[in-house]
Amino acid sequence: MPKITMNVNGASVSAEVENRTVLSAALREEMGLTGTHIGCDTSQCGACVVHVNGKAVKACTMFAVEADGANVDTIEGQAHADGSLNIIQQAFQDHHGLQCGFCTPGMIMSAAALLKDNPKPTEAEIRDYLEGNICRCTGYQGIVNAIMAASGQSAAIAAE
Amino acid sequence: MAADGGMGHATKRREDVRFLTGRGRYTDDYTPAKTTYCAFARSTVANGKINSIDTSAAAEMPGVVAVFTGEDFADVGGNPAGWLINSRDGEPMKEPKRPVLAHGKVRHVGDAYAAVIAETLEQAMDAVEAIDADIDELDAVTNMADALANTDTLVHDEIGTNQCFDWGWIEDNRAATDEAIKNAPHVTTLELVNNRLVPNAMEPRCSIGEYDPGTGDYRLTTTSQNPHLTRLLISAFVMGIPENKLTVHAPDVGGGFGSKIYHYGEEALVLAAAKKLNRPVKWTSTRTEAFLSDAHGRDHVTKIELACEKDGTFIAFRTETMANVGAYLSNFSTATPTFLHGTLMAGNYTVPNVYVNVKAVFTNTAPVDAYRGAGRPEATFSLERVIDKAARELGIDPVALRRKNFIKPDQYPYASAAGLEYDSGNYDALMDGLEKRADLAGFEARRAESAKNGKLRGLGINAYIEACGIAPSNLVGVLGSRVGLYDAATVRVNATGNISVMVGAHSHGQGHETAFPQVVADMLGVDPMSIEIVHGDTSKIPFGMGTYGSRSLAVCGSAVFRATEKIIKKATLIAAHMMEDKPENVDFTDGEFAVKGTNKKVSFGEVALKAYIPHNFPLESIEPGLEETAFYDPANFTYPSGAYACEVEVDPETGKVDICSMVAMDDFGNVVNPMIVTGQVQGGLAQGIGQALLEHGIYDENGQLLSGSLMDYAMPRADDLPNFVVDHSHATRCTHNPIGVKGCGEAGAIGSPPTVVNAVVDALQRGGHDVDHIDMPVSPARVWAAING
Repeated sequence: MPKITMNVNGASVSAEVENRTVLSAALREEMGLTGTHIGCDTSQCGACVVHVNGKAVKACTMFAVEADGANVDTIEGQAHADGSLNIIQQAFQDHHGLQCGFCTPGMIMSAAALLKDNPKPTEAEIRDYLEGNICRCTGYQGIVNAIMAASGQSAAIAAE
Repeated sequence: MAADGGMGHATKRREDVRFLTGRGRYTDDYTPAKTTYCAFARSTVANGKINSIDTSAAAEMPGVVAVFTGEDFADVGGNPAGWLINSRDGEPMKEPKRPVLAHGKVRHVGDAYAAVIAETLEQAMDAVEAIDADIDELDAVTNMADALANTDTLVHDEIGTNQCFDWGWIEDNRAATDEAIKNAPHVTTLELVNNRLVPNAMEPRCSIGEYDPGTGDYRLTTTSQNPHLTRLLISAFVMGIPENKLTVHAPDVGGGFGSKIYHYGEEALVLAAAKKLNRPVKWTSTRTEAFLSDAHGRDHVTKIELACEKDGTFIAFRTETMANVGAYLSNFSTATPTFLHGTLMAGNYTVPNVYVNVKAVFTNTAPVDAYRGAGRPEATFSLERVIDKAARELGIDPVALRRKNFIKPDQYPYASAAGLEYDSGNYDALMDGLEKRADLAGFEARRAESAKNGKLRGLGINAYIEACGIAPSNLVGVLGSRVGLYDAATVRVNATGNISVMVGAHSHGQGHETAFPQVVADMLGVDPMSIEIVHGDTSKIPFGMGTYGSRSLAVCGSAVFRATEKIIKKATLIAAHMMEDKPENVDFTDGEFAVKGTNKKVSFGEVALKAYIPHNFPLESIEPGLEETAFYDPANFTYPSGAYACEVEVDPETGKVDICSMVAMDDFGNVVNPMIVTGQVQGGLAQGIGQALLEHGIYDENGQLLSGSLMDYAMPRADDLPNFVVDHSHATRCTHNPIGVKGCGEAGAIGSPPTVVNAVVDALQRGGHDVDHIDMPVSPARVWAAING
């Protein structure tokens, strides 16, 4: 089996994977990073979004061997070094942007990618950007409010 | 009262931190040492006779360690239905066996007939492909009317019919209701479909079986909303494993919405395989398998009649419903279309006559069971659609017609014509609030503005009531439930003063780890962060009945309340002993015990420590320790209610519906954490709007699920939904549970579908189109067809 080496959340990690192993499975099974979730088998749900070389990628759409040599960032690497939540994570807690938590890692990673490209998105831009991330619990309002807040903007309708 | 973080405080959720940092622990995140992996062979035909299953090639595949077929489980029990429903003629419902693996016949696409266990998941999946199954495809029946009419095509040959039961509620009211409708000045009739939904919790099901040959103990780690019921079903009905030798553990659960209430055959299979192999066995559902094998929701076809006076006074509701139960009876499948549906068919109204007939029908489709709302959305949709139609026929404003028939605040407790006793509510206050928050007076101006843009604007109104806090065991026992529906909690005050609370409810997103401590902290006057909730593991918690039916806080929270009361009582004895006074002279406030009229006092923490260092205790009157358990069985259901308004814009060129506003005014009684309650309503609204506009589990006549993936099944995305206005300030306390709570988990999914459809029909009618009804999902194609005849 091919051996791959990636820089995951700032640390070099190696693993032997089959050619057919997708990145999401490699992160979970070979590297123990179970924060990246698998919610579907058609690349629709977005629970497995990670950053590969700084770009948001659904980790189920990429073979692990394609990520050989890449910088990969996952949900486990998002908090500050002291363990405190980063501004997006904190906004999700403050604005009740999660319930069961299963879609949350993908939502956080997508939100981070959005705000990197578009630091002050409108509500419509946020909703449009999240088209590839499905949440079944929140109705998205807490998520949208959280991303607005993380970008320094106030939400259209605050949580009561 | 705890100053911060007690009842009524919008405390941020403590569980969020692990979910936000990737440290949640869901079932699939567990992989015990030496785990093997399971994959299932599932039927590709909807109805088929199994001639033979040759597993010899599969067994020789690399990495394969075992192959199972239905034959291996022929001698174990079936997965039972939890409620016995009797037909109108007194005959018990038909209960064909639901085996662990299909045996003899496959009955729906996705019905598992074999399982492969291998060293890796990929090897197991490859070996499934090598199973040679000789299955004769038979004609399938997916349409309920066809299934009842055509007994040549049977889902279960041994019962000779596709009808599970023919239920009447209340049968003694039938003649009076028929007579009232016959003589009524006005009768409005509506035929409607409550569309089949696929729950689609984002976490697919997953089960891990383990067996310890040294002790004979089994362990099942699984995605469950109620681990104790799963243990009971496996132990008492399916596999005969003694309950005390089986631990069921549901760790973090990624949503459920009903679909993870039930015991599924995959759970029994991984346990049996683990014992046989003496290794852990893990199965994780793919999303495709979830579509094919999770219990679906709704799927009713209903004819409803509303009889009324010319002035709009309601005289009678009569419904005839066909309810699809799919190919097998799932655990709550017989309760959902009956006692969670028929008993609500008086709605919020003083109607004197109600009669409900429900025929449950087997079809070659996935089992159908309780999904968020479970029977109550179906009841509300039928009622609130026919009321809207009647309003138009009678020329009465839809709000005025509802108000005219509302139960009034001075009429509680109110015995409804459908057999329930509502304890509290104020529907006029909710409607008053709705008129303001939704600015109903300003609708006409907004409609004119939409018209300028070529859009048809409509306003939909709805009132709902639901029965939650499921459920009083005495009552549901009479109604056919085979289990009690109490809940349980143990409050353990540790010697150093922090507290563990073991609860029978199990959060799958509802925030129990935050909300339950708010109740205890409020009562004990301690820091909520010193209180930890323990849930989901049958080896750690008292026997509870899990989370569904908006019951966690109303039933299990009440158990927590009662157990905490016992703690206070016991701690008062200890405090009195410490202060050398009589217990009746000791007051407990803000975390301190004090002797009345003196300055003697001890803190709760000091009492906790003393409880475990019982030097000089009067042991004949005070036992050491500070730990109490309460089992709470409610006296009645709770009755949340609400009034909703929705405004839509319809594009007459395309039929596309945009939701402009959605306002939810709900009465949930006392609110412990308003942030969590608002989130529950928002999520319910999204699922209700999904049902109304987008979602549909569609089977073709051959029993193939056409909307069987997230590419085909229209899950609501962020850009499909508006911002919601959610208001729960118009509250009337529940009168019979100690916290005064009613439950909020399902309201949004119950109240919103008729609101949306009423709004779309209103838009078309105001636009001059003669449209009475459009079935859900109200897709652009259906709206366009309605506009264009």
